[in-house]
Amino acid sequence: MSPASTDPSALSWYEASARQRVAALADPGSFREFLPPTARRTSPHLPLFDLPRAFDDGIVVGRATLDGKPVLVAAQEGRFMGGAFGEVHGAKLIGLLRAARDLKPAAVLILFDTGGVRLQEANAGETAIAEAMRAIAELRAAGVPVIGLIGGRAGAYGGGGLIAGTCSRLAVSEGGRISVSGPEVIETNKGAEEFDSRDRALVWRTMGGKHRRLIGGADAFADDTVAAFRAAALDLIARAPAFDLATLEAEQARLEARIARFGDCRDATEIWARLGVNDPEAVPAMTTAAFDETVARVEEAHHDAR
Amino acid sequence: MTLAEILASLFPQGHRVRVADGLVGGHGPLDGVEATVIGIDGDTALGIEGALALSRAVLDAVRAGDRAPILVLVDSDSQRMSRRDELLGLNECLAHLAKALLLADQAGHPTIGLIYGHSAAGAFIATALATRVLAALPGANPSVMDLPSVARVTKLPLDKLQEMAKSTPVFAPGLDNMVATGAVHAVLDPARPLSEQVRALIADAPADDVRDRLGAERGGRPVARAVAEAVADEARLEARRG
Amino acid sequence: MESLTFRHTTQKPLPGSVPSAITGVVASGNLEVLLERVLPPDACEVAIETPVTGYAAVWEAVVADFVARAQPGGLRISINDGGARPDTVSLRLRQGARLMEA
Repeated sequence: MSPASTDPSALSWYEASARQRVAALADPGSFREFLPPTARRTSPHLPLFDLPRAFDDGIVVGRATLDGKPVLVAAQEGRFMGGAFGEVHGAKLIGLLRAARDLKPAAVLILFDTGGVRLQEANAGETAIAEAMRAIAELRAAGVPVIGLIGGRAGAYGGGGLIAGTCSRLAVSEGGRISVSGPEVIETNKGAEEFDSRDRALVWRTMGGKHRRLIGGADAFADDTVAAFRAAALDLIARAPAFDLATLEAEQARLEARIARFGDCRDATEIWARLGVNDPEAVPAMTTAAFDETVARVEEAHHDAR
Repeated sequence: MTLAEILASLFPQGHRVRVADGLVGGHGPLDGVEATVIGIDGDTALGIEGALALSRAVLDAVRAGDRAPILVLVDSDSQRMSRRDELLGLNECLAHLAKALLLADQAGHPTIGLIYGHSAAGAFIATALATRVLAALPGANPSVMDLPSVARVTKLPLDKLQEMAKSTPVFAPGLDNMVATGAVHAVLDPARPLSEQVRALIADAPADDVRDRLGAERGGRPVARAVAEAVADEARLEARRG
Repeated sequence: MESLTFRHTTQKPLPGSVPSAITGVVASGNLEVLLERVLPPDACEVAIETPVTGYAAVWEAVVADFVARAQPGGLRISINDGGARPDTVSLRLRQGARLMEA
């Protein structure tokens, strides 16, 4: 059911479809999809809004191997309805997470690409997000790492950002953004002086992959290729934290310390300067290699309790 | 009911629950143990500081190790919408609060949510929706987005949305629709003591997440349960094939 | 939404043995094409769901042209359209057929 897999080191994560990401991320030929498009489990609600459906409702779920180890994978398609959580879309993720509880794979990988809740199915989407967070907490407690990979065009917004914050570990690329309220939502509610959503550099500084990595909001920074995300996933699976009181106490301390230290900063560049980054203005244009060196010198980036 | 009335009905012997800056915190006696109370009052938006104050209280309860109930009382706005909150990782702070409640649940604390006013979006997910059992009082108004905003985003006329909302609980705001979706387990009776009703919720708390089953039974989420089961069945079948 | 179905008889079956394939994404100006090898070898059916109404004649022509060139015998083709232009539709149909021939 998957398109022919492309060279993972040449395939842009940002540009690839959910299906291409999964096929190229997994060991070649190892991906098996559950409820594939031929099952036609489409949204029962979108026709009411005169909107087209997708045969997979915008999420691909299945199993694969990664370096020979069994994993379960969910990949959101950010171009269909912004990758948003509808009833079927959410339920496919829930089913996968519940199966993982019994099957105990080496990891569950969630390839986020979502604007959050699909408004046309808002109540179902919101509830599914809560169900996903509960299921992830249970899985982590059972010792199954849940790894989030974020580098798609829709980012990980709204409830997607909350699910991401529930994962054991996160890898993010330059183009990946993690946030609750999106720039447009903040601007609509609070005005352009609070957040000018057309200022793309501001959006990337505030919510983008480099900022999240520098402040410890993500655990790995990946180049925008499927191969880089694969390498990051393998690395992160090996160092997933336990889900217990010690981890959450450490996360509490980490987040409180962040607010105490940076709570008066108006812009990400002020935070980066305070973190000890020599030339904060240069961060957005840094190559991955240069950025990795910068990260290595920033202590906060390695406070990784989550 | 107001928060003061709710607390009086929950703790007829008195309590030590305070509200500061819209954040609710404290303790009260329930069935011979000291229940922890956290919450949001007065339609307050939940930002990074608020989320961490609430999670601190939950983790303190877990560390105490007494498995006493944790009550989450909610009349909130959505998440606080600001550049500063997002800059400092609101997603991490809200997720952390939800995780604290989920950890408490795993550690044996009954976690009971009670929505008595508004709540929406990230604030709702991080608090009430992270409890094992979510109850509501009549007049509560959980929503993802109000209909005028839905009209703006979907570019559909408001009167058409209002008509659709009558027959399609999956997208419309309001308590009845969240009950139909299965997100809200039960609606309590304000005329009876809340202490008894919460005690019953704790006694009857389901062992698993039953929200999609409730959604199917109540018609608010007609297919979620079946889809999740179909995926899980295929996953188990594939695993047996090896 | 408008639903359209076109049935054709082909001179030969589409080569290859791939049972099903999907290409494209339902997005503005794009579409997804699901192909399944489930029909008799000389039959092809194309079912379309589109939010853009009133273009049945254009769809008919694009599908007829694809069938004549590709001879996709045996295929049931299902399209979810997001408002794609005819050249995009043709491209996706050809991509889909190639995936099935692999």
